[in-house]
Amino acid sequence: MDDFGSSALRCLIGELPEAVARTHAQLGDATAVVEPGRIRDVMRFLRDEVNFDMLMDLTAVDYLGRTPRFEVVYHLYSTKLNERVRIKAPVAEETAEIPSLTELFASANWMEREVFDLYGIRFEGHPDLRRILLYDEFEGHPLRKDYPKERRQPLVGPRN
Amino acid sequence: MATQSPSFPDRPANLEEDFERDLHTEHQILNMGPSHPATHGTVKFLIELDGESIVNLDIQVGYLHRGFEKECESGTWYQAIPYTDRLNYNSAILANIGYCLAVEKLLGIETPERCQWLRVMSGEISRVADHLTRCGAACLELAAMTPFLYGIQARELCWDLMEMLCGARVTSNYIRIGGVKHDMSPDFPPTAHDFIAQIRKLLVDFDDVITSNRIFVDRLKHTGVISKEDCIRYAVTGPMLRSAGVGLDVRKTEPYLVYEELDFDIPIGEVGDNYDRYLVCVEEMHQSLRIVEQCLDRLGKLGPGPVNVDDPRVRWPAKGKVFNRMEELIAQFKSVTEGPLVPEGEGYFAIESANGELGFYLVSDGSAVPVKVRCRPPSFVNLAPMGAMLKGALLADLIPTFDFLNMIGGECDR
Repeated sequence: MDDFGSSALRCLIGELPEAVARTHAQLGDATAVVEPGRIRDVMRFLRDEVNFDMLMDLTAVDYLGRTPRFEVVYHLYSTKLNERVRIKAPVAEETAEIPSLTELFASANWMEREVFDLYGIRFEGHPDLRRILLYDEFEGHPLRKDYPKERRQPLVGPRN
Repeated sequence: MATQSPSFPDRPANLEEDFERDLHTEHQILNMGPSHPATHGTVKFLIELDGESIVNLDIQVGYLHRGFEKECESGTWYQAIPYTDRLNYNSAILANIGYCLAVEKLLGIETPERCQWLRVMSGEISRVADHLTRCGAACLELAAMTPFLYGIQARELCWDLMEMLCGARVTSNYIRIGGVKHDMSPDFPPTAHDFIAQIRKLLVDFDDVITSNRIFVDRLKHTGVISKEDCIRYAVTGPMLRSAGVGLDVRKTEPYLVYEELDFDIPIGEVGDNYDRYLVCVEEMHQSLRIVEQCLDRLGKLGPGPVNVDDPRVRWPAKGKVFNRMEELIAQFKSVTEGPLVPEGEGYFAIESANGELGFYLVSDGSAVPVKVRCRPPSFVNLAPMGAMLKGALLADLIPTFDFLNMIGGECDR
């Protein structure tokens, strides 16, 4: 596997080669696709040993028709190295679950809730996995590609 | 007779403790919002109070969720630009720039120099407008009407400049993939210089009534404090991070457009409280005005030139050719009905918006419709630590803290 000159990828391939499925640096963004079960090890290593201290962004992509269907995408930034790295972890439709990173990065809390809300991917170990942008009675997960944009939701009465 | 204090058999050892116990205080739940006169932004706080102290704070966002990402993923690449206007209504141009730069990254397009200076200039005017709203509205919500009016008057000038530049005041829709809508008019630079002088004057007035005002300082100093380390744990960016003493700004750390050629400073604070955030924002406005002046100078020196990239994939042929020639007419028809095709791939591009790092993560499958348009919203990420910041604080501290976080509902909830 190539590290494309990125210190994050070089360290990651050196330390946890079995966790990394493949790497690329399309358009200059260093990217590693990792095993979803090892995501905590990968992130802990990157945070503690390679100084990637900020989890800038966490989102998911729905590749409907592909197996595994989902991909959870993490963007890390290092304030010390001024470098970025993208970590992706495939998630199968049937389980739709991946370990949570809340114990490593405080910023993961809300962003994981958002992904759970809009994609229905569960984060195992999240302390407070509730919907965040939508309301509890909302049916379905709107950013999934099989959720039609025009779909109406049932009316919800006042709640106390 | 020896004086002896009377002894009561039931008297407890510690009077004060007993006094508190007899009050039977219990925690109170307070619903604040989603529409509250002292917050600008639609958000609900579920507050558990012990007297006036906040024990627990649950921030419930999402009242302005309009399905930004879903809408973007069901139209063409071009059709997403007006939606980005509506992310942050104070600095629409910055969101335009972020999105267009991300699409240009996927397309591999480099825009002409004049376009880049125009983008930086319009973006910095937006940043001033954004900070003015933040500081002005914060004063209003702390019951000071006059400085709010100074701030809003200055923001009007910014929006007048926007109107002159692109015809719209708030939802500007000025930036295009591969360029800008059109060049500035010849009378824009003199007006801009005049308005910048007026904004500077208003900032002095603002400073006179606010910066050393006893009430304002007391409400802001040592409230809503967040440490450097917590900022990094919560991935907080923008003025909030800089006020905690970390001098990170995407314009300096990963310069995009022409920021490398510009001369400006990044103000940083010390403690990370609301007062530091206020000072950082005011200084950033002065720096942005400096940048606008440098852009105007540079644009004057550059002279007329193309503001759009010469690439038929993203920009339409000239109108004169479209009306008189068949090939160009077909090209325009295809551009309008199908939209540009973006090569397969993924890319993340981050800019420094007024609130912090505004990133766009785009995925394309090579078609005219995006697979994924993810906006990394600084408002959303910066709001997350607020619950932890205000634990144990007074209820009244919530107002200035929320103001200086500058949560913009449109951007936070998308």
